[in-house]
Amino acid sequence: MNSKTLQYILKRLLLAILTVWVVITVTFFVTRAIPGGPFMSEKAISAEAQAALEAKYGLDKPVFEQYTTYLKDIVTAFDFGPSIKNRGRDVIEIIVDGMETSIPLGLTAAFSALITGIVLGAVAALRRNKIIDKVIMVITTAFVSMPSFVMGVLLLMLFAVTLGWVPANGAADGGLILPIITLALYPMAYITRLTRSSMLDVLGQDYIRTARAKGVSKWKIIFGHALKNSLIPVITYFGPMLAYIVTGSLVVERIFAVPGIGRAFVSSINDRDYPMIMGTTIVLAILIVVMNLVSDILYKVVDPRINLE
Amino acid sequence: MKKIFSLHTDLDAFIPATEDDKKYMVQMRESSTFLKDGIKRLLKNKVATVSLFIVIIIALSSIILPFFWPYQYDTMLGITPGKPVDSSYNNLGPFEYGATEQAMLDAGEDVFPHVFGTDNQGRDYFIRVVYGTRISLAVGFFASIIVLIIGLTIGSLAGYIGGKVDIIIMRLVDIIYSLPDMLMVILLSTVLKTTLEPVIEGTILAKLGSNMISLFIVFGLLYWVSMSRLIRGQILALREQEYVLAAQAVGAKSRWIITKHLIPNCISVVIISTALQIPSAIFTESYLSFLGLGVNAPMPSLGSLASDALNGLQSYPSRLIIPAIVISLIVLSLNLLGDGLRDAFDPKLR
Repeated sequence: MNSKTLQYILKRLLLAILTVWVVITVTFFVTRAIPGGPFMSEKAISAEAQAALEAKYGLDKPVFEQYTTYLKDIVTAFDFGPSIKNRGRDVIEIIVDGMETSIPLGLTAAFSALITGIVLGAVAALRRNKIIDKVIMVITTAFVSMPSFVMGVLLLMLFAVTLGWVPANGAADGGLILPIITLALYPMAYITRLTRSSMLDVLGQDYIRTARAKGVSKWKIIFGHALKNSLIPVITYFGPMLAYIVTGSLVVERIFAVPGIGRAFVSSINDRDYPMIMGTTIVLAILIVVMNLVSDILYKVVDPRINLE
Repeated sequence: MKKIFSLHTDLDAFIPATEDDKKYMVQMRESSTFLKDGIKRLLKNKVATVSLFIVIIIALSSIILPFFWPYQYDTMLGITPGKPVDSSYNNLGPFEYGATEQAMLDAGEDVFPHVFGTDNQGRDYFIRVVYGTRISLAVGFFASIIVLIIGLTIGSLAGYIGGKVDIIIMRLVDIIYSLPDMLMVILLSTVLKTTLEPVIEGTILAKLGSNMISLFIVFGLLYWVSMSRLIRGQILALREQEYVLAAQAVGAKSRWIITKHLIPNCISVVIISTALQIPSAIFTESYLSFLGLGVNAPMPSLGSLASDALNGLQSYPSRLIIPAIVISLIVLSLNLLGDGLRDAFDPKLR
């Protein structure tokens, strides 16, 4: 790694920290604009939660002081205060609880999308303009144009309601299969298209012709030369894919009643549980920003040819 | 007969051409403009043409049909003033009729059918889908226009002025670009929904609904960045062209150069990215509607129709499938049309 790469990593790191700070600041001041403030609720709020919030953020103090307290609590203790709807529970507890379901769900979806996407993309590229390539392209185009909630509901109706193969409730045994498929289909379609076009590009390169001329076997060319090099652009999709899975899980967890972070977030929106909304937004944002950072740096490290500016 | 290899010159070949001959030789083609060129290429692309037709048909019918349809999107058919609620109108299947309508049919009168049935409040579902399509398309279109105006202004200013202004704007763009957009959209819509309600009460804007306005504000705040980045890049390249120098040399003002020289020259990029912005805005709106942050009830959008249908999914699946198909069709054809526009208008691909 040379100094230029290090400089780039440092720059990206600074931007990531700045972004997280902007998210926290925007979240704080935007929710502050709500009439009555974010910690007021038209719903009956338990006296303890109200008192705890007021004491914690010193609601009588100037806004800037409240802001620094909020920022300090997040940075030092990852503390977002108590939830308004769920009495006596801290926002971070609820988030960690939800993560236990959502992280395995999201990761499984991401990995299945990666593997199937790469395989389908490679097959489509190797069989270019054959019938199988066309079928794959039509299907992926359809998947890319379908909102996640449409996909989720259609799958739910087909496999859970009509055929009864899997339970419709995400909390039941095997109930996570459909949510995983729903979350995976869009990134899979995207990765397929990405892999296909980059593989077509690589297959036209001189070094592939050289390898062929040397008499390297077909499979060794495909796996050792073509596929390896055509996967580099896929790395850049890691960040966006995670962002998609995070936002997609909001609707998917609602449809399949999965007790994860997404469902907690959506119900906090409907309940106007602002501390919860603020906390979840910030935690998910940090997750996405970190993943974007990692995929950007990885991209650069894997392929030194890439020009940074 | 003249011999083939003879050197004898055929004098007939040197007779001056008549007017008719001249006309025959000279072919004047109609001059073509950039726009005509692009449209011609677009229409040659079958997929794009079909998509264009689908979009036009959907858009026109969503605008025109409500004028002719005998039902309104918010009329609950079972409710007549002064009478008890007639629940036979709720949850009708396609081409079924309510009790009083059935009586009229039996008496030999004509009743306009409920093509898609009615919803759980006795509202004609077909007109709700048509209206929802209209709202979704309008949101997509106006959101893209807002993005276009803001992105074009800021991008061209940053690119043309350069220097410190450019650096500051581009840092801002970098930060907004790296924000997780969907989360920010959800946060801003949640907050704006509550904040805007008292502010717009009693004005014309109240008719639009706080959610729709907050949707536009959010788009205006967050989605201009990629457009302005694109335009800045174009302007930076175009700024170095000789014709800009020539314009400057004859004393043209910055405003003139930007509006008359630079923007018309990056118009193809603008068309393409605006066309691709519309489906993504429709996507976002339906997503937010599904989370309960979309347009205000009783106004329907395709996303909110799908979201409402989720509760009665087992009994009335068609209520979800219909808006779902319409959304997918709109987004798919707009995406394909956008791809076609890129092929037709992007000069670099020629």
